[in-house]
Amino acid sequence: MTELGAISFGLFIIVAAVGGAAVLTWFERRVLGIWQDRYGPNRLGPLGAGQVLADMLKLLTKDDWVPPFADKPVFIFAPTAIVVAMLLGFAVVPFGPDLYVLDINIGLLFFLGMTSLAVYSVLLGGLASNNKYALLGGLRSAAQMVSYEVFMGLSLMGVVMLTGSFSLRAIVEAQRDMWFCIPQVLGLFTFMIAGIAESHRLPFDLPEAEHELTAGFHTEYGGMKFAMFMLGEYLGLILISCMITTLFFGGWLGPWLPPLLWFCIKVFILILFFILLRAAIPRPRYDQLMALGWKVMLPLTLLNLLLTGAIALWLEG
Amino acid sequence: MMESLFYIAALVAVMSTVAALTRANAIHALIYLIVSLLAVAVLFFLMGAPFAAALEIVIYAGAIMVLFVFVIMMLNLGESGVAREQEWLTPRNWVVPGVMAALLLLELILALRHAPALTSGISVDPKAVGLTLFGPYILAVEISSMLLLAGLVGAYHLGRRFIVRREKR
Repeated sequence: MTELGAISFGLFIIVAAVGGAAVLTWFERRVLGIWQDRYGPNRLGPLGAGQVLADMLKLLTKDDWVPPFADKPVFIFAPTAIVVAMLLGFAVVPFGPDLYVLDINIGLLFFLGMTSLAVYSVLLGGLASNNKYALLGGLRSAAQMVSYEVFMGLSLMGVVMLTGSFSLRAIVEAQRDMWFCIPQVLGLFTFMIAGIAESHRLPFDLPEAEHELTAGFHTEYGGMKFAMFMLGEYLGLILISCMITTLFFGGWLGPWLPPLLWFCIKVFILILFFILLRAAIPRPRYDQLMALGWKVMLPLTLLNLLLTGAIALWLEG
Repeated sequence: MMESLFYIAALVAVMSTVAALTRANAIHALIYLIVSLLAVAVLFFLMGAPFAAALEIVIYAGAIMVLFVFVIMMLNLGESGVAREQEWLTPRNWVVPGVMAALLLLELILALRHAPALTSGISVDPKAVGLTLFGPYILAVEISSMLLLAGLVGAYHLGRRFIVRREKR
């Protein structure tokens, strides 16, 4: 792809991802409603889709207020960090055989780096608010993210081992015969859990646990700054779904339909699955979350790594 | 093109590091340090070491600095911390370290005068890094892994004291 083509495709991806995240705010409430035997937002426009516009108007016209006790520059910087980091993460996602912005040999590491930078948004937001609930939310997210990042990276190394490359295009190409969700089922399981924890969505939304911490790290946020946090969270959800599709479900590969359509279908199903998780599973207690991370998930990923390495060596002879 | 990108990133790295040293507010200083690490990652990338650049972001900017911020949050320094830092950052305390740093800078410039051009044009892929680490540098890797293990055991031991005390209560 030419440089100009890559740049224009990148701009298109930004618009599409932000638009997708906006629609997802309505879609998620609607689907959650149906699964919980109620309607959800169904009044405005066809099927209630006008709710997206109404919410946007409401958030845009709200007073853009910074609390006087907050650390002003950090308070304003925090919500932008997550959106920028998540959007940058989309740069390495291959949407089709020729549809990508960037194909570098460290694509996977680039994605991991961007998700780990997104943590700062929550951390600094909680800290700059100068509010005890926000601080507790920020502290929780720091501990949660650091613990879950450890095996998030490790869970993907099995895929890298089987492919022999960090390039996401090479990883998809290596799945022509068999999707990695079969030989790497342990990796898929651990990466999925780490991914939900990294985008701090329910059931891992302890940083904002509204029952105990009012709204956690974004207690003091309102208007567009709050909307940025939400946008970042939904972008994270889409990005994680894109990555799982690429790494474990063969990316754009599939019969009959065009590659891009296959990719979108897989991502859509994964997003639906994440929403279903939110509807079905209660939030764990904080110590349970940490124990799960260190005592169950980390040994599992190490075991997966050991087995994959052994089998890869054995197959090579 | 590459050279101007290099110098921009280098300028950002130097400026943010200086800012990290001179801020009285610990959190602001840490944010500057994170920016500095990101700038160094860009430098690595431009010099043909994408793997090192990625690790710089994932490990330094993404994990170690998060722990730094975590500790600062736990300490809850607030206004008094800023005031204390400002007391310590008087110009008088800057003189000796400043002169020493200037000497080092001078030496560095003299040493680098004859160094080859900054970008070699060769890109080192992750495989080459791995082969070097587990080939000629295997001893260094093993020693550092032992060091990390010792650190882990030590942290466990120190943390355990608190757990036992809490359970007794």
